[in-house]
Amino acid sequence: MATKTIAEINEKIRRGEAVVLTADQAAAMAKEQGVKAVAQQVDVVTTGTFGPMCSSGAFLNFGHSDPPIKMSRVHLNDVPAYAGIAAVDAYLGATELSDGRPEYGGAHVLEELLRGKAVRLRATAYGTDCYPRSQIESDIRLADINEAFLFNPRNAYQNYGAAVNSSSRTLRTYMGTLLPKFGNVNYSTSGCLSPLLNDPYLRTIGIGTKLFLGGAQGYVAWNGTQHNPSRPRNEHGIPVGGAATLSLIGDLKAMSPDFFRAAYFDGYGASLFLGVGIPIPVLDEDLARCVAVTDHDIQTTLFDYGVAERNRPSLGTYSYGELKSGQILLNGKKIRTAPLSSQKKALVIAKQLKGWIEQGDFLLSEAVAPLPQQATLHALNSKDEVK
Amino acid sequence: MKRERVTLRFSPDAYDKAITYHLVRDYGLVVNILRAEITPGQQGNLLLDLEGEPADITAALSYLSSEGIKVTPSERQIVIDKDSCVDCGACTAVCFSQALLIRAPEWDLAFDPDRCIACGLCLSACPVRAIHSKFSDPIEEAPPADEA
Ligand code: SF4
Ligand code: SF4
Repeated sequence: MATKTIAEINEKIRRGEAVVLTADQAAAMAKEQGVKAVAQQVDVVTTGTFGPMCSSGAFLNFGHSDPPIKMSRVHLNDVPAYAGIAAVDAYLGATELSDGRPEYGGAHVLEELLRGKAVRLRATAYGTDCYPRSQIESDIRLADINEAFLFNPRNAYQNYGAAVNSSSRTLRTYMGTLLPKFGNVNYSTSGCLSPLLNDPYLRTIGIGTKLFLGGAQGYVAWNGTQHNPSRPRNEHGIPVGGAATLSLIGDLKAMSPDFFRAAYFDGYGASLFLGVGIPIPVLDEDLARCVAVTDHDIQTTLFDYGVAERNRPSLGTYSYGELKSGQILLNGKKIRTAPLSSQKKALVIAKQLKGWIEQGDFLLSEAVAPLPQQATLHALNSKDEVK
Repeated sequence: MKRERVTLRFSPDAYDKAITYHLVRDYGLVVNILRAEITPGQQGNLLLDLEGEPADITAALSYLSSEGIKVTPSERQIVIDKDSCVDCGACTAVCFSQALLIRAPEWDLAFDPDRCIACGLCLSACPVRAIHSKFSDPIEEAPPADEA
């Protein structure tokens, strides 16, 4: 069995000799020439996804004013940021909503900063001997503040359930608009291009893995919240529904609005469309089999959002081949399907990452530590339930 | 035979005139009303399909203009800002008439104005607010009829 190491692949990247394919190309090659050929000839496979990622936000450091202030309440364009950390540090979450302006949230502030626009900072403080000032107002720009880095607790969900609505009213959700009486089905992954579906057991993805984040280079910081690798898998090792997740970190200042877009889901709130791409080193035949995955090999569970419970009823499993065809059959009836994550941008990301590697601008990283391979998801019970 | 989809905007004074009646009787057109939005005493908006001989359609459209009715071709009903659109596909979920479609292999958002019934559902379904409708625009802002 052909095996390679990451160090060997990096040597080839440095020499400009590495063979890099996007995940859809790898799947096509495996179909024509077999998995063995992929293992022997391909060094790296690039993936991509561009979808709404609510669990995102940025740490910002504004610099010190004179006299200095220990900010305790911070607003950016009237969107509250969390300031319960050191004096001029704050965390602005993507889904935090503006106090007054409709359809505007933390993600919109971050996108404006990224586009070089001035953002109004308002901060108040209780005043201390070392930080006497009690309030400040200023216009800040990304270039003028000290640090701005994304630190996202949960991104790049490995698969995600599709959504339908059995109820008699239209539901406006983070899974988009769901029309009554099974009017449509929405799904949100990039299927065979999706990062964690090309290495389903996270053999090559761990803490410290370098990746594409919002148009810049970022890293895996930790496992994401609700990381659940114990989700049941199909015969290809693919979890059938939301499973592993990643916590990602990267420099906002280096990102691009092409891969970073504020979103507002009607009736739900703000979110962030974010581009993520991960390179998968094809170390052996097992990984070659993983990256050869097609939309037909990946299934997800269809959930009924018409039932407002934690455990929404499952209405069956569907492959992304079916979902991406534009319609599926449910109880003998055809239902139209729509994606929420951009398949087009996912491919652009995979191609851009491929380009970086081919040009020697992006070397692969060895994970510093693996991500948990087992997990149990805990539920939150309200006080009256626990007793 | 030709089919043209147009929006008519008219003020209260034109409202009394039996517009569709004239289109049928005087110009021999087949008229299909797709959407009507009439605010009594203020403004009326009608989305119509007109079917007939090209010359009759042209004559009918100039009759409408002479009556002070603003005519906008259907291409202008829904405007998609291509710079903000991220081709996510969320809008296609609510478009019953399938005027908005996103399909393999390009996965580019495609808009077919001839299928659009100006229902407006896609406007709020778009998470980046890239879609705008001109259907309910006030008459003053409507493009001049001679562009039709
Ligand atoms: S207005 Fe209605 S019919 Fe026209 S594109 Fe939007 S959803 Fe489709
Ligand atoms: S929902 Fe908006 S951003 Fe998404 S494809 Fe439609 S127009 Fe483009």
